Amino acid sequence: MEKAGIPVCHVTSVVPVAKMVGSNRIVQGQGIVHVMGDADLPAEEEKELRRKTVLQAIEALKNEAATP
Amino acid sequence: MRVVHYLNQFFGGIGGEEHADTEPQVHDEPVGPGRLLGQVLGEDAQVVRTIVCGDNYATENMEALTALVLEQTKDAQADIFVAGPCFEAGRYGVAAAGLCVAVSSELDIPVVTGMAQENPGVDLHRQTLYIVDSGKAASAMREVLTKMSNMAHKLASGQDMGSPAEEGYIARGILKDTFVEQTAAQRLVAMLDAKVKGEEFESELPAPSFPEIPAPAPVADMSKARVAIITDGGLVPKGNPDNISAWAATNWGSYDISGKDGLQGDDYEVSHRGYDTRYVEQDPDRLVPVDVLRELEESNVIGELHSQFISTSGLVNPIANSRRLGREIAAQLKESEVDAVILTST
Repeated sequence: MEKAGIPVCHVTSVVPVAKMVGSNRIVQGQGIVHVMGDADLPAEEEKELRRKTVLQAIEALKNEAATP
Repeated sequence: MRVVHYLNQFFGGIGGEEHADTEPQVHDEPVGPGRLLGQVLGEDAQVVRTIVCGDNYATENMEALTALVLEQTKDAQADIFVAGPCFEAGRYGVAAAGLCVAVSSELDIPVVTGMAQENPGVDLHRQTLYIVDSGKAASAMREVLTKMSNMAHKLASGQDMGSPAEEGYIARGILKDTFVEQTAAQRLVAMLDAKVKGEEFESELPAPSFPEIPAPAPVADMSKARVAIITDGGLVPKGNPDNISAWAATNWGSYDISGKDGLQGDDYEVSHRGYDTRYVEQDPDRLVPVDVLRELEESNVIGELHSQFISTSGLVNPIANSRRLGREIAAQLKESEVDAVILTST
């Protein structure tokens, strides 16, 4: 994607792998089984958490990528 | 040994970028680096035909060029087909590698090319071709041609090809069985011993290398941006219409989410054997956050949520394969004028 010039924010719970493969914008996800959620939380809180994660990703896309 | 040689317009002596549209020309003699190739090949070999073509013409008319090269190579009764070396020239490398693959499969004669590791032609065809590692500098022409010539002789006479390090070609990712003196445990301990002592040792499993891709510029105004979601977590509509494999997937899917305020577990399933997929199957928004992004679209934090989400299964995928999937997806999103991507990985 980025070779084609489209900025990507990589949301994953395995940040070291994302760094290894060269992702430029990375946001920590909530876990392997639910990157964008948390099944242990009540639905509303889970969605709030998801909103927070997505907003972090959007924030990352708005800003210069930190040099790895 | 009769050699047919392919060159681009620059090495073929026609000119630079302004001549990149040049249509293929056929010469019944060596041209440019082909003369040097003829020298290093020795007396029992000669470059009998050269095909020169502009890089843009080649890129835009690959089918026609391939047909012509096949016809000319066959007609010249070639024993071997040589393309390049192309060094870092991307269009040249892609054309040279593509032609080598075509000649090898259609005419069943050996083929040799040369290019820099970073050339996209390498990414595309390293597994099927012997590509001499030319490095980036065209000043190494003689050295590179010598390697290519050695390889041509070996291939033409059916000799066994040595390892990439011995022969100077780019690793094809092929494992070869050989007999060794020591067991794996003994070799491992010897390596560890050398490492501890600070001595040199050679790993038997080279780690894959990932070229650095410079980060694209940030999105100036997210409230006007079209944002797409991609996942490698294998979310697919019920029934897995594109048959995306749960591991080593060879394809990807693009699924409509226009008008959806969120994803319902009943409509989707997960094709991925690498994690416990129950939570995502309960609520796919946990992987592909359509619910939140739709709200952010309505409150104009983002301009627009792209009408499709893209999915594949990122599990034990050979890297070359993943790269191809990435290229294909990028091309489609580029066409759909997507400005930014959120990629969720399990």
